[in-house]
Amino acid sequence: MTEAAATLSQEDYILFEQTKRKHRYKQFIKGMLFLLPSIVLFSVFLFYPLLRTIYLSFFLTDASGAPTVFIGWDNFVTLFQSSIFQQSIKSTFLFVLYTVPLTIVVSLFLAIIANEKLRGIGFFRTIFSSGMGISVAAASVFWLYLFHPTIGFLNIILDTFRLEKISWLTDPSWALIAISVTTIWMNIGFTFLILLGGLQSMDKYLYESADVDGAGYFYKLRRITIPMLSPTLFFVVTVTIINAFQTFGQVDILTQGGPQNATNFIVYSIYREAFTNYQFGSASAQAIILFIIILIMTIIQFKLGERKVHYQ
Amino acid sequence: MRIPLGRKIVTYFLLSTAALLVFMPTLMAVVMSFMTNQDIMTGSFPSAFSLDNYRRAFEQFSLMHYVINSLFVSIIIMIGQLVLSSLAAYAFVFLEFKGRDFLFYLFIATMMVPFEASIIPNFHTIRDLGWIDQYTGLTVPFFAMAFGTFLLRQNFKQIPKELREASQIAGMGEVKFYLTVVLPVAKTSLITLGVYGFLTSWNMYLWPLLATTNDSVRTVQIGLRQLQSQEQMNDWGMIMSGAVIVIIPTLILLFLGQKKLQRGLTEGALK
Amino acid sequence: MSYIELTDITKSYHAGKNILEKINFTIEKGEFFVLVGPSGSGKSTLLRMIAGLENVTDGILKMNQKIVNHLPPKDRNLSMVFQNYALYPHLSVEQNILFGLQAKKVSKKEQKKRLKETAEMMGLSDFLDRKPRQLSGGQRQRVALARAVVSEAPLCLMDEPLSNLDAKLRAQMRVEIRRLQKQLGLTLIYVTHDQVEAMTMGDRIMVLNDGEIQQVGKPITLYNEPANLFVASFIGSPKMNIGKAEVKNTSCFLINNTLSFPVGPILQEALKEHKDIVVGIRPEHIQPTTHHEATHSLEVVNVEQLGNETTLAFDVDGELWTAKWPGQWDIMAGHQLKVYISEEHLSFFDAQTKQLVRPASFNSQEEVQAI
Repeated sequence: MTEAAATLSQEDYILFEQTKRKHRYKQFIKGMLFLLPSIVLFSVFLFYPLLRTIYLSFFLTDASGAPTVFIGWDNFVTLFQSSIFQQSIKSTFLFVLYTVPLTIVVSLFLAIIANEKLRGIGFFRTIFSSGMGISVAAASVFWLYLFHPTIGFLNIILDTFRLEKISWLTDPSWALIAISVTTIWMNIGFTFLILLGGLQSMDKYLYESADVDGAGYFYKLRRITIPMLSPTLFFVVTVTIINAFQTFGQVDILTQGGPQNATNFIVYSIYREAFTNYQFGSASAQAIILFIIILIMTIIQFKLGERKVHYQ
Repeated sequence: MRIPLGRKIVTYFLLSTAALLVFMPTLMAVVMSFMTNQDIMTGSFPSAFSLDNYRRAFEQFSLMHYVINSLFVSIIIMIGQLVLSSLAAYAFVFLEFKGRDFLFYLFIATMMVPFEASIIPNFHTIRDLGWIDQYTGLTVPFFAMAFGTFLLRQNFKQIPKELREASQIAGMGEVKFYLTVVLPVAKTSLITLGVYGFLTSWNMYLWPLLATTNDSVRTVQIGLRQLQSQEQMNDWGMIMSGAVIVIIPTLILLFLGQKKLQRGLTEGALK
Repeated sequence: MSYIELTDITKSYHAGKNILEKINFTIEKGEFFVLVGPSGSGKSTLLRMIAGLENVTDGILKMNQKIVNHLPPKDRNLSMVFQNYALYPHLSVEQNILFGLQAKKVSKKEQKKRLKETAEMMGLSDFLDRKPRQLSGGQRQRVALARAVVSEAPLCLMDEPLSNLDAKLRAQMRVEIRRLQKQLGLTLIYVTHDQVEAMTMGDRIMVLNDGEIQQVGKPITLYNEPANLFVASFIGSPKMNIGKAEVKNTSCFLINNTLSFPVGPILQEALKEHKDIVVGIRPEHIQPTTHHEATHSLEVVNVEQLGNETTLAFDVDGELWTAKWPGQWDIMAGHQLKVYISEEHLSFFDAQTKQLVRPASFNSQEEVQAI
């Protein structure tokens, strides 16, 4: 090796630095090009609207949605004083309370019985997951019939048992329940599929070792299945909650928020305020409240979700 | 392990009962769609099998038009999502550049913004762009998709990075590597995401309701709503036949892709 | 001039500790050069820097007398074989082999010709339509090699290419790679953590540990004259026995408080400047007493019969030493065994610096037999 080879000349050094910089620059441009379509669309249809919604929530608007008068927190203050909005929030939370636990329990039950290795199990799995393929509009139409006061199937059954017919969708004390039942039925398909996936990904040696120890069916269920399934369960719970807060289609078709605002859930309330009453400022304020609720749910999911990774 | 006979019987019993209950509303709708309105109104068992409801749904009510609109919209959204998600996922997995982590967190952040909370400005945007009653207005807002990006990112990460290095040594560029190696290797998850995208687009409700004011591009879901609100009380057979038409494509897709979808969703969600 | 020259090559991530510290060595054209070291020693990083897959933090990398620090991999005219073979799962064997040629836009006719030659050479002609997952481990390995061969690049880099194969196949592929390299006149840089691979394949070996070069040399040199304790115990299997030496008086010293040896005047001179001395002896140099007088007696704790040879384990003041005797020996564990250990088979190291003080002083002609 010669001495000359061992020292780096000034020009070489500059050349290296230049190529390094050029390489980094090229990588950056490439990355941005790959991400650009998504970034542009997210900006236009997600980040901008979010900021705009916040902005609008401090204004009164005209019918076309242009802000007219700045009123500070007034939209929020009015909302929280309004009995209709209080009712809306109350209905929404009640709805979440009715639907989420039941959806999970029913889906979990279905997932557990559909996880047995029996002949024809694929057929049952398909049936149980069929809800995923049924749209809100179609499902609502199905239930609209079932809840029909005279020819509806549910009232026909009540009638055959000589029970009093129920005005499912027009009685304020029943409408929320009717919507909840519809929603649970619709959501079962998705939650079932996810929970079944969770069950199937479990290590079968755990069960074999438990069998060797002589554990019974319910003991295994309680001590192995449920704890091992907890990350999946947790995910499903948060997703179901978030979905419940976003409910719209069922309400639109079955009750239009009525009777007496009993099913005027928050998204429907936003829709009505904005696109029927043209109160875009007040609707935006409601949208911000919805956003905050969902944000909290998502953060909880991420925070707790991080922990679950460790024992997977 | 062999399952004891007693437990087998109990399980089959539970499975059948549950299946009947779960499938009942759908089953009834299907049966009703073939019944005469006479039978439906009197609440009797079907006395005759008739395709009359379907004929009327297609003839009096432009159901076919809605179905074609929906198909078109769903396929466009599906393709848009596949392209944008796979491009973004590629950048997050195979490219190293300044600001990548920040952008990744930005993508995560988008999952916290519910679409319902931003419909008001979105509606205004579409209106100002003249995209009301246009396919663009129904499709473009849904092309960018954080969930799809994550799902594909998970999958791309399983592609050994040596494949990229081997192609670098061979002198292959990013775009060519993305097209000729990454996409074919990740075919399965692209299909999964495609099915998922199609299902959700087909079933979309709130946005098509806002973004269409007439029949020109209206989707079948909103068509069904129209049908139901116009024909309430008297033509249940036709409404049900419309609803059955609405669910057939998605049910078929679901039955074909149930296993893949299940695995794909669990992967994207839990890892 | 050397074909590849590394001068003061340094690698660090995020301004932290250096992964590689001022690496200097050269590789000649047509040489089979092995980089060996335990995992985390930086050998793969070094190889990837030569390939251009990692940036050089500092130093000069030259190929063919040209500085290539800044060149992307494709402009360095080399091929690489990866540990997991990096075969494209969706492409057939033929497409995999031709992958690089297509990217480099070699003419169709030339592609066909090279594919035919390579496939014949590697015995892959019957598998060209198969997908990688339809091949056995050995066949996949061959496809990966074929990809390197077909590129006709003069330099080939291999990163642990045999570690996914079972022992029998590995031995076979060792021979094949070696033969291929000689046949094509390739310059080959081969990374492995397996010292047997390094010894059996390399023209020259570089031992790397903790980002620093321990020794560069021919396999036999590394075996007979390890530059330090690390190389001494890393090269050779079973590994070299190591013991602490204590000079008792002017005429004798003691290893591990049990084995005593006389000290000659030359040795005495050599050892004078070193305070603590560590002694190493190869297992084959603890010998039976068939041709020699017994010098020591050791307690046997374990006997392994391998058929062609017998491995014995001794307890030398709490440390386990091994001996390797050719042939079959009927020895019971627990017995005291008379052995012959010659003072001239001992290697001496400084306990503080770990560097070699004096290699075993036997005449190497006795050991390496030239024919």
